[in-house]
Amino acid sequence: MSTRSVVPFGPHHPVLPEPLHLDLVLEDEKVVEAIPSIGFVHRGLEKLVEKKDFNEFVYVAERICGICSFMHGMSYCEAVEHIMGVEIPPRAKYLRTIWCEMSRIHSHLLWLGLLADAFGFESLFMQSWRMREKILDMFETSTGGRVIFSVNKIGGQRKDMDNSMIRSFLDIFAGMEKDLKELTGTFLNDGAVRSRLDGVGVLTEQQARDFGAVGPFLRASGVQYDMRTTGYAAYGDIDLEPITSNIGDSYARTVVRVKEIFQSIDIIRQAAAKIPEGDFAVPVKGFPKGEYMMRVEQPRGEACYYVKANGTKFLDRFRVRTPTFANIPPMLETLKGSQLADVPILILTIDPCISCTER
Amino acid sequence: MSLFSFAKTEFRNLFSKPVTRLYPQEPRIYPERTRGHIENDMNACILCGLCSRKCPTGAIRVDRKEKSWAISRFSCIQCGCCVESCPKKCLSMKQAYTQPGAEKKTDVFTKPEAESKNAS
Repeated sequence: MSTRSVVPFGPHHPVLPEPLHLDLVLEDEKVVEAIPSIGFVHRGLEKLVEKKDFNEFVYVAERICGICSFMHGMSYCEAVEHIMGVEIPPRAKYLRTIWCEMSRIHSHLLWLGLLADAFGFESLFMQSWRMREKILDMFETSTGGRVIFSVNKIGGQRKDMDNSMIRSFLDIFAGMEKDLKELTGTFLNDGAVRSRLDGVGVLTEQQARDFGAVGPFLRASGVQYDMRTTGYAAYGDIDLEPITSNIGDSYARTVVRVKEIFQSIDIIRQAAAKIPEGDFAVPVKGFPKGEYMMRVEQPRGEACYYVKANGTKFLDRFRVRTPTFANIPPMLETLKGSQLADVPILILTIDPCISCTER
Repeated sequence: MSLFSFAKTEFRNLFSKPVTRLYPQEPRIYPERTRGHIENDMNACILCGLCSRKCPTGAIRVDRKEKSWAISRFSCIQCGCCVESCPKKCLSMKQAYTQPGAEKKTDVFTKPEAESKNAS
């Protein structure tokens, strides 16, 4: 048996935009074990719920993460709306769906860029982020912010998108689709890219279930599991089939995410065709009392929100279980037996968001 | 699997204009809804204080005695709650972002009559 050595990976590493620390136990170049430690960017946002009015907390919930900020805000609002028994107008539900899917496209493009960066394909990285910029511009046009949108409120949305704006977005998406096909063609077909992704970090279906993987990481292992099928926001009226792959390696995860970008564009088209006229918010009176567990599908996977209210303007408890938190144990499993050079790719294929995880 | 699948994109990239803007020579054109910073029209403001109560970060201070309205630029999150709640519609969201600064500054707006009283 060769000698074992421990190589620290992170918290500061070129491939990680956020601090995650792993102690990699190596035998020569092979990883035999990975010991994670998190907690470098804990901000105590959950505790803040006891000090902020439940209406004001929407802005805190949005700031859990900079990528899924819309979905964090929306899920918190939906949870409180369920407790209070508020039925939001259908137009608000469709607006939420459209903004959710735009977030998903921008998150997946961001991830594709980071993946290209991780295997050293700099121009592919820049091309991915060039595409992403168009989505951010659309967000700024519709909400007024590029990262933090502040359009959610309990009882609906704070801003509407008129039909001409939605149509102009559809035109942009139609133009983007061609560029996206060309860009994702490189990810899916290029020999150099595939040599870094094929067969790297295989997670079997059984392992994915046992370790509780979520999101594209789980679906790439062949499990058909997508929270959008539960029908929150307007997803109940949308025709969608979870995208899966049976291979379970890094390439499969890329395929699933690439296909989800096109699926999201399709969902936006469906939502734009069905969006009803009318109000986009209802007035909400009183304070929430009760508890609710809200589950949504974020770009990175399933997120759970637990909200407990006591009938005052401050909530008792707010808890978030983010997708990255659930994906760390299966990721450690894929690291076992991998080469040291593949570790950055494997960490990236779960699309880690450490700020989300540590809240 | 193919080789040179990126070549088309790469060649087009070589002979096309940069995607980035030559900022600040070429100014940024903001969309209409951009949330840049809050301005207050003190001629219309009645110093009711609703904005400061609605502000989620407590960035706005209203002093009725001094007839002044102050906003801490570095606490403001540009959510627009104050603009929505303003009964006189004297608050407005401007598109340009605030300037970066070496220290956290507070902008104080004073009612015109209070200003003239102070001057005399």
